[in-house]
Amino acid sequence: MQLFVEQVINGIANGAIYGALALALVLIFRSTGVLNFAQGEMAMFSTFITWKLTTGGLPVWGAILISMGIAFIAGAAIERTLIRPFEGSNRSPLNVVIVSLGMFLAINSLAQLVFGTDPQRLPSPVPNRRLTILESSNGGINITYPTLMLIAVLIVECIALWWLLQRTKLGLKLRAVAADADSARLHGIKAGSMLMFGWALSAAIGALAGAMVASSRVGFDASLMQTIIVYAFAAAALGGFDSLWGAVLCGIFVGVANSLTVQYVNALDGIELVMPLALILIVLVVMPNGLFGKRTVERV
Amino acid sequence: MSLLEMESVAGGYGQVQVLHGIDLAVEQGHVAVVLGANGAGKTTTLRAISGMIHVQGDIRFNGTSIVGRSPEAVSRMGIAHVPQGRGTFTDLSVDDNMRIGAINRKDGEVESDLATWYDLFPRLGDRRRQQAGSMSGGEQQMLALARAMMARPKLLLLDEPSLGLAPLVTRELFARLGELNREQGLSVLVVEQNASLALSIGHWAYVLETGRIAVQNEAVKLQDDEAVRKAYLGF
Repeated sequence: MQLFVEQVINGIANGAIYGALALALVLIFRSTGVLNFAQGEMAMFSTFITWKLTTGGLPVWGAILISMGIAFIAGAAIERTLIRPFEGSNRSPLNVVIVSLGMFLAINSLAQLVFGTDPQRLPSPVPNRRLTILESSNGGINITYPTLMLIAVLIVECIALWWLLQRTKLGLKLRAVAADADSARLHGIKAGSMLMFGWALSAAIGALAGAMVASSRVGFDASLMQTIIVYAFAAAALGGFDSLWGAVLCGIFVGVANSLTVQYVNALDGIELVMPLALILIVLVVMPNGLFGKRTVERV
Repeated sequence: MSLLEMESVAGGYGQVQVLHGIDLAVEQGHVAVVLGANGAGKTTTLRAISGMIHVQGDIRFNGTSIVGRSPEAVSRMGIAHVPQGRGTFTDLSVDDNMRIGAINRKDGEVESDLATWYDLFPRLGDRRRQQAGSMSGGEQQMLALARAMMARPKLLLLDEPSLGLAPLVTRELFARLGELNREQGLSVLVVEQNASLALSIGHWAYVLETGRIAVQNEAVKLQDDEAVRKAYLGF
């Protein structure tokens, strides 16, 4: 029982990362209708920047904030220079998918070129101690500080995003463009700027997620996000691709399912990678809109 | 000087030219009506004004040329365009839709305007928390009108507001539009297939035929002109 609870908590922590990256995916998908396959690699590159800043002597929290800022600007620049020329109502959305696949390869190679192929270590922003709760005669349940941090960061991120989207004028503009870009432009909303902002925001969220993963590991290299992005896609698909909260909750769900699979299914090494795909398959067959996708009610 | 002036405006979509030299004007405080069959270029005329398509010729608003400006820039100058299909933000709430209408206003009267419009359209007020896409076509058309008015526009462009609405709802809509024009001096350019209803609130009317103005006259006179009615309007 104690092992089970610990595994669930670990799963929630990992799921927080999947959820954070899925948030970034959904944010871009909602505003542009495009899946950014390079989201994970963008996050990986930002993580290297974070690491580079810490080796320069910056405290890790400061480094994370600065690299989020850099990612924000870079995300906007990528939208402007690499995405926008290939986008438009008269073009196939597949164009942008191809561009994002190209970015996936390019950013990965660039990271290896710039930062090398050796594994690096990003210090943890919180001390690596553990907290024991529900102590009893047979031990109690152990939670590490980094685990708590992952969950706390995700919660703060969700609240900040909710506030931005639901409580500010900027958020209303973003939602308007995501719902109907043409109509938004007729209301004087600069749709192009909003798309750029969406990319910038999700790049910054990715940078944060990347730093969280890297700091919870012994070392990281350019392959940091490559399995994580699969789980993030699983989370986004389960959540229905248009729901931010769905992405977060399904991220946690995938994380928990993942860690329980690792713990209790001994069938094959790597069986846990099959799990998200199986989940996607089942959910999409039973509920094509995802668990949290809107069933669009539209009347004319 | 008219509020809006179009001078030999030509244009279309890619290789397909739809407008072949449109001359048209909307006077301050008037309702101008554009009639015509399907494919005559009515919607394209409005899209040309809003900057949604590339055009040759000149379009002046308050004396300033607006050709080549983006839709968002044209909207910020005070032209509100309710497109065909009403432009409803379907998965946003009615309230959010209304606030989008006022998104670029800097004055502090957005809240009081909201209250005013909800008073005028109680159905919208009742459903302010509801998803806008779940409302009926008539309610969505009322929402589109109220949302456009939230911008406090100087000129309202309406594209076939009666499309898909029950006759009774259409009549109410035009009655409201007539009130807005008379009581608030709202200038309107409305494109319609429902000629008699549109002419009843209009001051001046144009009949479009294959991208050209075929006939224009005072709305009342056009309504009484049996030859024009038979040839172009089909009633």
